[in-house]
Parts: sequence; structure tokens; C-alpha cells
Amino acid sequence: MAIEYLYPQFEVLRNPDRCIACRVCERQCANEVHHFDTDLQKMVSDESKCVNCHRCVSLCPTRALKITKTNHQFRENANWTGEVIEEIYRQANSGGTLLSSMGNPKNYPIYWDKMLINASQVTNPSIDPLREPMEIRTFLGKKPTTIERDENGKIIPNLSPRLELDIPVMFSAMSYGSISYNAHESLARASKAMGTYYNTGEGGLHEDFYKWGDNTIVQVASGRFGVEKDYLDAGAAIEIKIGQGAKPGIGGHLPGTKVASDISRTRMIPEGTDAISPAPHHDIYSIEDLRQLVYSLKEATAYKKPVIVKISAVHNVAAIASGIARSGADIIAIDGYRGGTGAAPTRIRDNVGIPIALALASVDQRLREEGIRDNVSIVVGGSIRNSADIIKAIALGADAVYIATAALLSLGCHLCRTCQNGKCNWGIATQRPELVKRLNPDIGSERLINLLTAWGHEIREMMGGMGINSIEALRGNRLMLRGIGLNEKELEILGIKHAGE
Amino acid sequence: MLKEGQYHIPSGCAISGIFHKDGRRTDGTEIIRSISTMHDRSNGLGGGFAAYGIYPEYADCYAFHLFYDDPSVKDICEKFLEEHFEIASMSRIPTRKHPSITDEPLIWRYFVVPRRYKLIETQLSEDEFVVRCVTRINHKFAGAYVFSSGKNCGVFKAIGFPEDVGLYYRLEEYEAYSWTAHGRYPTNTPGWWGGAHPFAMLDFTIVHNGEISSYDANRRSIEMHGYKCDLLTDTEAITYIFDYLIRRKGLTLEEAAHVVAAPFWSTIEKMPPQQKAEYTYLRDAFAGLLINGPFSIMLGFTGGVMALNDRLKLRSMVVGEKDEDVYIASEEAAIRVIQPELDKIWAPRGGEPVIVTLNEDAQGKE
Amino acid sequence: MKRVYVNEKWCLGCHLCEYNCAFANSGVDDMVKALKGKTIAPRIRVEESDSINFAVSCRHCDNPLCVKGCISGALSIQDGVISIDSDKCVGCYTCVLSCPYGCISTSEAGAVQKCELCTKNADGIPQCVAGCPNNAIVFEER
Repeated sequence: MAIEYLYPQFEVLRNPDRCIACRVCERQCANEVHHFDTDLQKMVSDESKCVNCHRCVSLCPTRALKITKTNHQFRENANWTGEVIEEIYRQANSGGTLLSSMGNPKNYPIYWDKMLINASQVTNPSIDPLREPMEIRTFLGKKPTTIERDENGKIIPNLSPRLELDIPVMFSAMSYGSISYNAHESLARASKAMGTYYNTGEGGLHEDFYKWGDNTIVQVASGRFGVEKDYLDAGAAIEIKIGQGAKPGIGGHLPGTKVASDISRTRMIPEGTDAISPAPHHDIYSIEDLRQLVYSLKEATAYKKPVIVKISAVHNVAAIASGIARSGADIIAIDGYRGGTGAAPTRIRDNVGIPIALALASVDQRLREEGIRDNVSIVVGGSIRNSADIIKAIALGADAVYIATAALLSLGCHLCRTCQNGKCNWGIATQRPELVKRLNPDIGSERLINLLTAWGHEIREMMGGMGINSIEALRGNRLMLRGIGLNEKELEILGIKHAGE
Repeated sequence: MLKEGQYHIPSGCAISGIFHKDGRRTDGTEIIRSISTMHDRSNGLGGGFAAYGIYPEYADCYAFHLFYDDPSVKDICEKFLEEHFEIASMSRIPTRKHPSITDEPLIWRYFVVPRRYKLIETQLSEDEFVVRCVTRINHKFAGAYVFSSGKNCGVFKAIGFPEDVGLYYRLEEYEAYSWTAHGRYPTNTPGWWGGAHPFAMLDFTIVHNGEISSYDANRRSIEMHGYKCDLLTDTEAITYIFDYLIRRKGLTLEEAAHVVAAPFWSTIEKMPPQQKAEYTYLRDAFAGLLINGPFSIMLGFTGGVMALNDRLKLRSMVVGEKDEDVYIASEEAAIRVIQPELDKIWAPRGGEPVIVTLNEDAQGKE
Repeated sequence: MKRVYVNEKWCLGCHLCEYNCAFANSGVDDMVKALKGKTIAPRIRVEESDSINFAVSCRHCDNPLCVKGCISGALSIQDGVISIDSDKCVGCYTCVLSCPYGCISTSEAGAVQKCELCTKNADGIPQCVAGCPNNAIVFEER
């Protein structure tokens, strides 16, 4: 194909007055955009290779670089946009499925931004978190149904296995393979420091990380990579992954090139083979099969660990959740359509699934109507972007949230959405040793700790403003929310009133 | 205009209570005097009283007090009552015209016993059967409202200042060993009498001061267990919570208090292991029933009363003792006005329940 | 005493330390003005071969050969920091030859130059450390 249909998406703008030709951009770009031209005695760049990850921009000591969207354009067309046209060129070139990564970037409504939070005025006092205790400790797991007492009438604490969180935020599943060793170590160390959990995803648990088992959720997904007795025993909880928000209904595929020795050992598959997770679990073709897997895992771990079932938010999510709540699972994790991924077919990422806020509201309401909300805790993920999103999620009815994209951002990710290339300049979504070492877990874990600490402060501040000093009094407290710019149906599903009502 | 029950109204209030541990019964004069001292804590949009031991002649019957909007709904409701209960007696509740008590509904009292065959048919306990019938009337029959349903006790409430409500209901004609009173300061016009306090469920009555910030979390949790919060008031939700915890879950009063006004985790951490496990259990198992924000409440029940403040003690509440009498009120003045000489007076700490019950020899005689 | 240490494991070979060093010791307040169009002569150097990189600067040895060998008394230990008095330096380069780490170099000014932990420039704290993007160079007590 001699004709190049695609024009580079970005322009690398170098301010020649500022560039000191230190070549850090050249050394740090795994895409080989920059190089020093010895004839011209200056730095030049090939913007066609640029993915706009900002590694060069961030490291340039004289701020000589910036990346902009090209203003080269097709004739304007509201229907056939440049993006649509280019995707057709790409597929006409390759004959392949379009791939992308991270979450759905399309212009769908963001329900978090259409809800506003309450504050106390006069009729009850706001509470100052700097002066009064402000409690955000959260337990995840089934609530007991009967009170048992010993012969002296003392309550026997018959609690089923649970997770105890010092902050209602956990790091959601990202496999070792999709992200790097150092990214995993950062997450594990931050989880321990903050009293929360990270999640292995479907990549097994690296032998070095067993020591953080008390802060680890081990995942069992359709490929069952790395699953064995010690692995199940190592974690604080076991998560059965049915689906993920970025790609509901389909499996996963880690190309053999990424299955190097360490990963192959952790996943327990031969080096260099493709790690393919089937779309469904081939032992779960119906809800009663799920129950069997839940109990198999509980049996295998002596009923000592809570079992999480993670599903993506799809149209019938409330009914599905109701089935899961009766399956023996202790926790339901729901992943919204904005949830990230290391690689997904673009069309699926951008068109399948529903917003997490709507899914959460309908699941919580449905489980309450059926009187089974206490059977399970609800954890939601799929683009929780800040502490206000968390407050809103908990007020809608979530027990805790999962974050992943936000965690990666704090590790340096710039959402260039090219994880699938494996050349992550930030050392996150890559397995190349020289790139992986760019993420020093000393720095990575500290940044994650900072993020959660900051969010913890903000959560307490907003709770105090509402006159709430214990997170359980916010959970499902939908009167603390009002909709803005939502129609009747949306308000009905969210179970909230409109601002002004 | 919407009436209360169709939307949530925050309100502030005054509460007062008198309890005779020896079972001695006194008329309503003193409690009216006490609550009227705190006139400025209410705004004329709600007042009410609960009294225990007032119907000794019908001690084995559930005493239903009902508001009816009009005679037609009364007919429908009475048919329902007839079907489910044997009615030992029915009459208008005697009232005295008062210039500031207006918009009176029809106010009726029924002494009832569940029909035996209904109990056999439904296989419910007597109490549960009554609760379900009351819930059904309040939820399904528009214009009918059961505002009192316990044995040998009764609630009297209206829109107005509490002292006027007391006169209106001729409380000087009732004798009780336990009185509680409430003056309400809602921030909106309730539109009808049901929203006034006390709020009752069987022999549990609640008077409450403060606007809780956990309302919707509590409401949505308790509704999961078959309760319907029709009034959308904090007090209604609190009553159901206590009914659920104590009657249905078998918690003791103290345990229930530690659910709704749970100690802070930092306090729980410092407890001896067994106590710590118990408190952690209560907080975790009944997380949705923790009540947040300011409240002082008095929970009346057969043979006793419990006073409780929120965890931070954001509302005032004092308790006084003199011989066999215990006084509880939002303000000390409301106690001193009826009993200037006290053996002891103190402000209970946030989350620490004060539970007063009849002396052993007075029990059963109430 | 706090010294500059290098963690080879985390060195990315980005060479920013060299530029930060050169800038810190330039006496100019703007990096572009200080370094643009110039060949830098930093006191820290990234050594690299295949996939291994690490930065090397004066170790501030307890028994420094450079100080022992200095014929003019220009090199001395002050509070543990090996310092150079350029007025006394005669440019014999004995120190350059004797330093086992190759951390002393010649300078345009005539005298030799070496890392003095940024004690003599405006920054006061080692700028190679402050500017390292991956904590590969640290300034700490060991």
C-alpha cells in the first residue's frame, strides 16, 4: 500500500529557543519520536509515532515541548467525523478489529456530574472533621440474619468472612501482564499502608507479592490463570470475574510476546504462549453454575474468605445482581461502561454496557425491594474519578468503590490509551524491563497513598458538611443527592429528586 | 399544598418525661407544665403526649387511637378492624374545644383483641399481627391513621403548642406512671396531625428532638424489613428501628442503643476483647440503622423509658431524680419547674442510654 | 554524614542529573541561558553500557586519595565534604589520575572541578538528587 491515508494525530511542538538538546526526550520515548540530528545539530521529531503520552513533555527540563492535536482536518462533517473516517481507513488497511485501551471516551452523559451533594444549614449542624471523629471504616460481606447468644445471653459474633477497609476505596483488578511488576508492587504497598485492598486481576499472584496477601484480592477469571490452592489461600478475598466494564461479554487476550518468563510462571502457562481468557467461564452457563463455583471456592478455602462476583453493568444488571445475591457470594462488584482495560475491541469498549451510576441505583433498589440487600455488599467501579464521585456512589447505595484508572493516573499514566502496544513510557502497561524500571514503587506507592489520603480528607469534609460522621449513615442516603439537568426517568432510576425539590 | 408524608420536613423540638418508678400514677397536669416551660422550643405546629398505665380496665386490649379525615374512611376502616379484631369498646376520644387547635380530624379510640382464627390463619404472633394491620391501615387507607396501638398506653397529639394539645385532650383526666411529651418546631407546615409526636408502634412510643442526617439511609434500611415510612419523619423511622431491633431481633435496650448511637471505632478499639467483638458486631451487622446527626429521644415502653442522645451529644438533654421519680427533659428548667428539689441531676453523655424501669414490686401492677 | 548514593536499579539513563548539575553550578538563573548551545561539563556522569546505567559523582571518601595526593593543598575535607579551593589549584591533575571513580575532571576555568554536594552554589542541596525523576539518586545517611 503506497498511499498513506492516515495523517498523524498529533503535532510535537518544540520551542527552539528553549530546547537545550539534552536529549532526554529522545532517551525517554519508547516510540522513537525524537532524535538528535547531527547534521542539523538540533532535535527533530517524527510526530507520526507520537501517542501523546507526555513522557517527553514531563521530563523536558526547559519545558520546550508540547503536544497538540493536529489541525489538519477533513472537510467538516458532523456525521462522518475525522475519527470515523480514519477508523475506516485503518480497517481498510488492516482488515482487523480496531483495538483500544482504557475506558470508553465517548461523549455519553456522566451521571456523577449530574448529581449534587447536600449540606446542613440551621436545622441540623454540620460537623467539623478537624474537631470530631469522622468515621469511614467499612466492612464488606454478608450481614448476619440471626442473632445468636451464648448461655449467658452474650451475643456470639457470628459474622461471615469480611473485608475491613479503612477507606471505602479499593484498587480494582489489573493483572500482572497487563500492568508491570512495579505497578503491582506500588498498588500492593499502598493497599497495605492505607488499610485497603488491591486486586490481582486474572494474572496470578507473583511469588514476591504473597507477603501482601492480607491486602490482596485474588481473582478467578475464565482463563483461571495462576489459580491454585496457595493462590486462593494467599488472598484476603476471592473475586470471580464474570465481566469487566470495558468489554462486557468478551474475554481477554495477552499476546505471547508479553508472556515472558516471570509472567508465564505467575500465570502458570508456557512462556511465549498467548494467554487467552474465554468470553464466558466454561463452567458457568447459568446462575446455578455460579453458585457452584462460589461454593467450590469457599470449600477450597475453608469458608474463611469472602467471595466477590464481579460483573459488568449491562442492561439487565439488577436482575443479574439479584441472582448473584442469592448465589452465596458475599460481595457484588459492578463495573460500569467507562471502566478501563489494557486492550479491548474499540466498538465494544465504546458501545456496550451502561453507566455505573444507573446500574448501581437500580441494583441497590432492587436488592432492597427483594429484602436481600444485606446478603451482599456492593462495590462499584468504572470511572470513579474523585472523592465526590465516591460520596455520590455511596449515597446511591454502594458500600465501597473500586478505582483503577485513577490509580494508574496517579502512577503517571496520561491516558494516551495505547496500552495495547506494550510500550508504555511510564512503566505501567509494559513488560519491557527498561520501561518497567521507570516506575519506582517507592514513588508509585507514595503517590497512591497521597491520592487516597487526599480523597479521605475530602470524603470526611463532605460528610461533615452533611452532618454525617459515620460512612454507614451516608450509605443509600439518597436524600443527600439532587439531580441537575436530569429527566423524570433518570431521576426515577437514580431514586433522587431534582435540585430545588 | 402537600401534606407531611409526601415530603420530608426537618424539625427541631422540645421533649420532657416523668417516670414514677414505684408505679404511682399521676395525671397530666405536671407534664403539661413541664413542656410548656419550653414553649419557645416549639412553634405551634405539633405537640403530643404518651402515657403509660392509663387504661387499666382494658389492660389486655390493644388501644388503637385513630385519626380519620372523614366519616366515609372511618366506615371502611372500621370494617377492616371488625374483620381482624374483636372490638371490646369504641368511642370518640374526649376533647375540649381550644381556640388554637383547629382542623380537627375525627379522633376515635378502639380497644381491640386480634381475632383468634386470624392469628391461626396467618400464623403470626399477636404483636406481629397487630403491627401488620396497623401498617396496612396507615399505608393503604388514605385518610385513616392509627397513631397509637399499644396495650394500656396511649398517644395524644395534634397540631398546636403542646400545652394547648394537653388541654385539648383533657389529660388531667388520665393517670399514668410514665408520661412523655413533645413540642415540635417543624420548618414547614405539616398539613395534618399525624406528623406530630409521639410516634408509636405497639407500646413503643418515641419523642425526639433534632433532625437526623442519616434519615434516608435509615429509612431505606428499615423498609427492607417490611416497614413503610409513610410519614417521612425521623421519629417514625426511629420508632421502626427500635421495634425491629428490640421486638424482632431480640436485642436488649442497651444493645439497641449501641446500634443507633454506636460508640466511635476509636472507643471500640480500646475495649476488652469480648466487648470489642460485641460492639463491632452490632455496628457491622446493623450498619444501616446507625442514626447520625443530632437527636435526643425518649423511648417509652411498658414498664420503662429510655433516654438517648446522639453520639456527639448535639442536642441537649438532662435527667433528674427525686425519690422514686425520674425526670427527663431538653432543658433543666422544664424539670425544675415541677420539681425544684432534686436528689441528682445530670446530662447523660452522647450515646449513653439512660434506662429507667419500674421497681420490681411495682411491675405487673402497671 | 549524608552522601549522594546511586541506585542502579532505578537509573533510567535519562542524563537529567548531568544537566541539572551543570545548570546548578553555572551561576545562571535560567537553564536555557545557562546551557543552550553549550557542551556541558557536569560533575556527575551517567555511565552506560547495554541496558545498565548509573550516575557517578564524587563519593566523598573517608580516606580520599585525591586529598592525599593534592600537591597544593587545594583539596580538603570540610565537614566530610571534599572541597576544592580553585585559588590554590595549580592544575597538576594528580587528583584526576588518583580518583578511582573518575569523579574529578578538568574545567574551563583551569582548576579541576568536582561535586561539592551543591554546598557552594545557590541551591544548597544536591540538584542531581532533586531533579532525578525516579529516585535513582538519593542524598541520605547510610
